[in-house]
Amino acid sequence: MTVTTIDSATASRAPDRNFKYWVIAPAIFLLLLVGLFPLVYSLIISFQHLTMTEADTSFVGLKNYAHLFVDTRLWESLLHTVIITVIALPLELVFGMAMAQLFLERMPGRQIFVSLLMLPVVISPIVAGATWRLLLDNRYGPINQIIGWFAGHPMTLLWNVNPNLVYPAIIFCEIWQWTPFMFLILLAALSNVDKSLTEAAEIDGAGYWRVFFKIVLPSIWPVMAIALLIRGLDLVRIFDIIWSLTAGGPGTMTETISIYTYVQGFSQFETSYTAAIAFLVIALLTVIVTWAIRRMGLAK
Amino acid sequence: MSAVETKPLLQRPGTRLAIRYAIAIVLTVIFVFPIYWLFMISFKTPAEIFAFPPKWYASKLQFGNYVGLFKDGDAVSVLNSLILAGTSTVIAMVLGTMAAYSLVRFKTGGENLAVWIISQRMVPPIAIIFPVFLLYVFFGWVDTYHGLIILYTAFNLPYVIWMMRGYIEDIPLELEESALVDGWTRWQVLWRVVFPMARTGLFATAVFTFVFAWNDFIFALVLTRTEVITYTVQVTHYFGGQSNFWAKIAAMSVLGTLPVFVAVAFMQRYLVRGISMGAVKG
Repeated sequence: MTVTTIDSATASRAPDRNFKYWVIAPAIFLLLLVGLFPLVYSLIISFQHLTMTEADTSFVGLKNYAHLFVDTRLWESLLHTVIITVIALPLELVFGMAMAQLFLERMPGRQIFVSLLMLPVVISPIVAGATWRLLLDNRYGPINQIIGWFAGHPMTLLWNVNPNLVYPAIIFCEIWQWTPFMFLILLAALSNVDKSLTEAAEIDGAGYWRVFFKIVLPSIWPVMAIALLIRGLDLVRIFDIIWSLTAGGPGTMTETISIYTYVQGFSQFETSYTAAIAFLVIALLTVIVTWAIRRMGLAK
Repeated sequence: MSAVETKPLLQRPGTRLAIRYAIAIVLTVIFVFPIYWLFMISFKTPAEIFAFPPKWYASKLQFGNYVGLFKDGDAVSVLNSLILAGTSTVIAMVLGTMAAYSLVRFKTGGENLAVWIISQRMVPPIAIIFPVFLLYVFFGWVDTYHGLIILYTAFNLPYVIWMMRGYIEDIPLELEESALVDGWTRWQVLWRVVFPMARTGLFATAVFTFVFAWNDFIFALVLTRTEVITYTVQVTHYFGGQSNFWAKIAAMSVLGTLPVFVAVAFMQRYLVRGISMGAVKG
């Protein structure tokens, strides 16, 4: 690293002395207001017993946290979140990687394909969910129609009601929207891999998979790790797509941790208990993320 | 992988290219079809939408569904989204670039501050929205423009700071030094050297910041009631009535999606760097 501070360029002149603090202060203030304040406030009310009707601010100790452990609906929602994450994330990675390999070699018109393939990424997840709701409609949606062609007879699959089909529906939508995200990042990363290394290995007789795992994968790993981190975190807090497609139903079958927290806070009005859930989620993720960022060397 | 001697049919370059094209076309059709379907429904008449078996295209382009949205005033939600996302983007860009400048050139707060800032981005919205809601009720900020603008600004700041850090590092230091030697204040250097020099980065980052705020749902769901409803919340208002509102869902979705497609079309070069939070420098 070269010297990148410019403190030495001027002997600190009066109006400039605290410049470096003044420029960063407004941003820090906003982050504290919307980032740190809710954290502290959550923590405080999570030790009280506030509901919509109960405004008593006396402290009840760890009662809310104790309740977390016996709240089966909470753990089920965490399980649902994990299920969606561990299915969707590897599929997005593998499909994204396969697509990136397909478009890695130059081909005329490649840019047109890439431009079209990236469209799902920038759509609002709410709209993506709504779109799939229309696509998967049991009678007027085209997907059942297409499945019917292959099945040889009309199909009326109830995608957002049938317990066996709701997860596939959510995961189809999720994969459709975010595989292109993986694809775009991996394509860029693969394009930056040093060609001379892979060619040398091929001349030495290394097969395709050997080159891929020994040379290509290690060199794209930093970028792939970030893509996985971003997508992983998005999946853990998945809300919009499910809200559009199933709203957590049927029953609470597809309720994720975000949906459950929302229900507790804004339809059950369990103020203090919601704060306890929120704080649990924040605490869990903060630990994981801080560890991951340092571990992956992202903080450079 | 060059073919020198005669190879089996499947390994010849021409065949390979043909196969790659075939796969590319199939993939593109699969990924674009849902968007096509959404757009098509927005142009269909109710009779066409509820035809069985489904009609694969609208018989003619008719804008009745859109006219309906403007007539009953629902289209104003797109304007709300524009005001909220636009204003918060401008503020976040200015404040975020200033903060990034401080981090890059003065190492303010060291590595820890930078890590803390980016970790703010990782906090799930659902975890902060509830206390923020209580705070906003206390301030009387629920269902106001400034309430959501402040929230979107704060939520996007870590992203802006992170991205602009990368772009500011690319600005040659000599320019700033010579301006200081000429007697400019640091504020002048920031406004007249750093901002103009970082303008492509500013522009690219702004587009993504805008898209994040524009596509938000959960904050708007919790913090709007009637006055500043965004298009994403408006779309979900049509969900209840057993598929009666398909035309509205589709038309409103298209109104909310087209601006993003246009914005991103201009930003192709920066797309990967933007969505990978700078992990791939482009």
